[in-house]
Amino acid sequence: MDLNSLTIHALSEKLSKKEVSSVEATKAYLERIGAVDDKIKAFLIVTADEALKQAEEADKRRAQNNNITPLTGVPISVKDIFCTKGIRTTCASKILAGFVPPYDSTVVARLKDAGAVILGKNNMDEFAMGSSTENSAFQKTANPWALDRVPGGSSGGSAASVAALECAASVGTDTGGSIRQPAALCGVVGFKPTYGRVSRFGMIAFASSLDQAGPFTRDTIDSAIMLKAMAGFDPRDSTSIDAPVPDYLSEIEKGVAGLKIGIPKEYFIEGMDAEVEASVREALKILEKEGAVLVPVSLPHTEYAVAVYYLVATAEASSNLARFDGVKYGLRVNESGNLLDMYKKTRDSGFGGEVKRRIMLGTYSLSAGYYDAYYKKASEVRTLIKNDFETAFKACDIIATPTTPTPAFRFGEKVADPLTMYLSDIFTISCNLAGIPGVSIPCGFTKENLPIGLQILGRPLDETTVLRAARAYERAAGCTLQAPAL
Amino acid sequence: MSITKKDVLHAADLARLELTAEEQDLYTEQLSRILNYVEKLSELDTTGIAPTTYTVPLKTVMRADESRPSLPHEEALSNAPDSDKDCFKVPRIIE
Amino acid sequence: MKYETVIGLEVHAQLLTESKLFCACSTKFGSGPNTQVCPVCLGLPGVLPVLNGKSVEFAVKMALAVNCSVNAKSVFARKNYFYPDLPKGYQISQYTEPLAERGYLDIDTNGGKRIGITRIHMEEDAGKLLHGEGPEDSGSSFVDLNRAGVPLIEIVSEPDMRSADEAQAYLKSLRDIIVYLEICSGNMEEGSFRCDANVSIRPVGAEKLGTKAELKNMNSFKFVKEAIEYEVERQIDVVESGGKVVQETRLFDSAKGITASMRSKEEAHDYRYFPDPDLLPLVVSDDLIEGQRKTLPELPEAKRTRFIKDYSIPAYDAGVLTASRDLANYYEEVVKATNEPKVSSNWVMGELLRLLKEDARDVRDCAVTPASIAGLIEMIKNGGISGKMAKEVFEAMYKTGKTPQEIVKSTGMAQISNEDELSRIIDDVITRNPDNFARYKAGRVQLFGFFVGETMKATKGQANPQVINKLLKEKLDK
Ligand SMILES: [Mg+2]
Ligand SMILES: [Zn+2]
Repeated sequence: MDLNSLTIHALSEKLSKKEVSSVEATKAYLERIGAVDDKIKAFLIVTADEALKQAEEADKRRAQNNNITPLTGVPISVKDIFCTKGIRTTCASKILAGFVPPYDSTVVARLKDAGAVILGKNNMDEFAMGSSTENSAFQKTANPWALDRVPGGSSGGSAASVAALECAASVGTDTGGSIRQPAALCGVVGFKPTYGRVSRFGMIAFASSLDQAGPFTRDTIDSAIMLKAMAGFDPRDSTSIDAPVPDYLSEIEKGVAGLKIGIPKEYFIEGMDAEVEASVREALKILEKEGAVLVPVSLPHTEYAVAVYYLVATAEASSNLARFDGVKYGLRVNESGNLLDMYKKTRDSGFGGEVKRRIMLGTYSLSAGYYDAYYKKASEVRTLIKNDFETAFKACDIIATPTTPTPAFRFGEKVADPLTMYLSDIFTISCNLAGIPGVSIPCGFTKENLPIGLQILGRPLDETTVLRAARAYERAAGCTLQAPAL
Repeated sequence: MSITKKDVLHAADLARLELTAEEQDLYTEQLSRILNYVEKLSELDTTGIAPTTYTVPLKTVMRADESRPSLPHEEALSNAPDSDKDCFKVPRIIE
Repeated sequence: MKYETVIGLEVHAQLLTESKLFCACSTKFGSGPNTQVCPVCLGLPGVLPVLNGKSVEFAVKMALAVNCSVNAKSVFARKNYFYPDLPKGYQISQYTEPLAERGYLDIDTNGGKRIGITRIHMEEDAGKLLHGEGPEDSGSSFVDLNRAGVPLIEIVSEPDMRSADEAQAYLKSLRDIIVYLEICSGNMEEGSFRCDANVSIRPVGAEKLGTKAELKNMNSFKFVKEAIEYEVERQIDVVESGGKVVQETRLFDSAKGITASMRSKEEAHDYRYFPDPDLLPLVVSDDLIEGQRKTLPELPEAKRTRFIKDYSIPAYDAGVLTASRDLANYYEEVVKATNEPKVSSNWVMGELLRLLKEDARDVRDCAVTPASIAGLIEMIKNGGISGKMAKEVFEAMYKTGKTPQEIVKSTGMAQISNEDELSRIIDDVITRNPDNFARYKAGRVQLFGFFVGETMKATKGQANPQVINKLLKEKLDK
């Protein structure tokens, strides 16, 4: 029996039947990490000792039948953007050198409470800025399906760790597609909940009005399990929504009969990869066969989304990243003993190129004389984009699109040209600007055996319907776990 | 609108970033291209459109005015690159 | 040329909440450095602010007290700049949409004047910086973040003041109100109540405002006046000698009595304000506003007017007695018990305040209760003690906290007013002085005083003089 390839729900069943212990499962994953992570480089830190301790606890909990959830004893990993009490947290940046948070992020705390075992922390683009995980200050994560290609980003380490069977599930963050895009490129399920559904407390901020945490899993049922554990109002996050969290699992098998699926014409564009388009269209046919009604919709401001995103996100980032100043924690470079010089040298050597570029752009667009033309204008157009979705959702229940215009690209292919890299997020960005939920699920492979993702977007707080539709496709298409040969 | 090297230096100054000569040129070029691209927003008339910053329902969250224990003093300073006299130590601020 | 001075004030007042504006750390003053800090107010990565409800109530209360309209929706914004006392690299403040706007305050210099209040907004305080002084640490500064995140309101006035006196009067009035509302200690030395002044001059009759200087570091009312007066003179000198006033921040040096330019902080004032995405707009409900309006106490000005009218006491007395809400309440309790407003005022303003001032104590921690003072006044009125003895009794009351009755009893200071007893004593005095009695009877009426003195001597000064007078008249003139 291969423990590593099990879904959460399958492993959970074995754990509850005492066919396997959490310690055994944890050891199996730690071995797998030991065996393949040299090639994948999905982890920045593996916390084996803590994980085994948590596994023992989980086994005890199960033995005593004490507060058991489907996650109790299940080994997972988390993106290194989540603060973990007593465990160093880097956000893949040199500027956080040596930083050990005295608190857990709410996401981590809730997963621990549910009994999940945390194996370690995943690589990512520095401060979640990027679409390829090439912007990590420490290492490049490889796509498990093609080691010379990127896993996507910024949660590339999380996506790759699930695809490479190094954990049962992982948690990433999505500011402009950073969960859905790497999920698509790595062939796993990646879910971005409604903005405010999951607390951001303790999650290092990139763009506060867009950031949202979500799970990477092997199937949609696992997504529902993870989401249920993570979601809900948090008194420590004023932007978290105080609404009941539905029991996603009880609805998930209800199918799509009668469901109206909007197909936005702006998402099937010229220049997109033919194989990607074909796979996605094929997936839509399957959903139609399952009883869904496909309706054409329009999201007319889609072409402005990337521009809006790069102004809003960088403005917020320029402010969010001001706290990294060498005073309270992290790196300090202080050669001259002059304060201004210390600030500049610390931030210059602590931040990587992409982070600096975005801080520069954000600072500029907020600065005197440019605020109205850039930040304010972008925020107004954001309203138009949000309105587009509101209008579309009057005609449909969910919206289906490709997750990315192309499959995984090669290392270095887009780094030289930031704008081209930014444009690769074109299908995922609007969802964050509107604050709505979205998922990417595997919908086939290219001839080169690269995964392709189908994106499903829903109304605010309607994760239930998004999961239902994703599950219907998954079931009808007969998706079984696809694992790359490593 | 295109960005000049002077603008780049001003932004770098505000952001407390020290740029090498090379970076100054690179960012001037790259930011210009990005700003040219975002210029497309000016095609849209947004008169009367309220900006969006918050996508969640506007409900003010307030806490009760109760104090709770702070971090233990040692823990508060434990991540500091330099500390002394129970404080975070920084290069002298010249006034 | 004649110049007109134009002054606007920006006042920062620290709200008397128990916890900070966005985290649960204590706001207590005077604790060891960095003992009242947590991940939120230290600006650690990933943490988020959650607004203190009480601070909103306090801010609304102040807004109502100075006639502002409270905005149904206000927005927290980030003011971005780097400084070691600012842990996040930005201050959470309010900018384009503040909590309250368009108020005013009436001051009574030169027969009264209305000063406009532009806005009141909420914001967090920064930390404290200490600069190394010894040879080994003169190259370093030290950051204490206990104060970082403490709630402030900033009250911005219109440039309506025309002299340092007016500015001082406005500031005093504002502090009286804020202290009355019990939302701020008003302590300028501790920095709980701080004031910056925007000062400019223009030729008399000119419409356009001159270039202003922003004055900081004035931590007493006296310094505010001195700094503005100095600055006005300086600006006139600059203009008269053909120069131009430059827009800058100037620090008041109280030792030298001058203002000096503070150039280092001047570079690039570009705060890049934008709405804080971590905090939803602050929605203040009508219920909250009306609730606060109901709890508004009578404000100093109204109280002063009422005291003059209802108690017929002089304006001076009313001013002194309404200086604090506690003192005014104290006085009113005394009046309620005695129904003697002016006598009560004399005792509270005179003896009580004198002793409190000597000890630098507040009426709140005074051992003498209003009931005790009332008892004392009653005793004087009904002849229980003389006015002279009363002062001694009062000092004893102040020291021991005992009632006047207790003190009189234990020290035997009671006044002898009993006519039978005094009558017997006077008879005895007359009997012992037959010569003087005869002379008095013969017309030497000046000897009346002699008999008063003798009677006093015989009672060790405890006799009620009025009763002695009455009895002596009866006995000598009969
Ligand atoms: Mg202020
Ligand atoms: Zn705190």
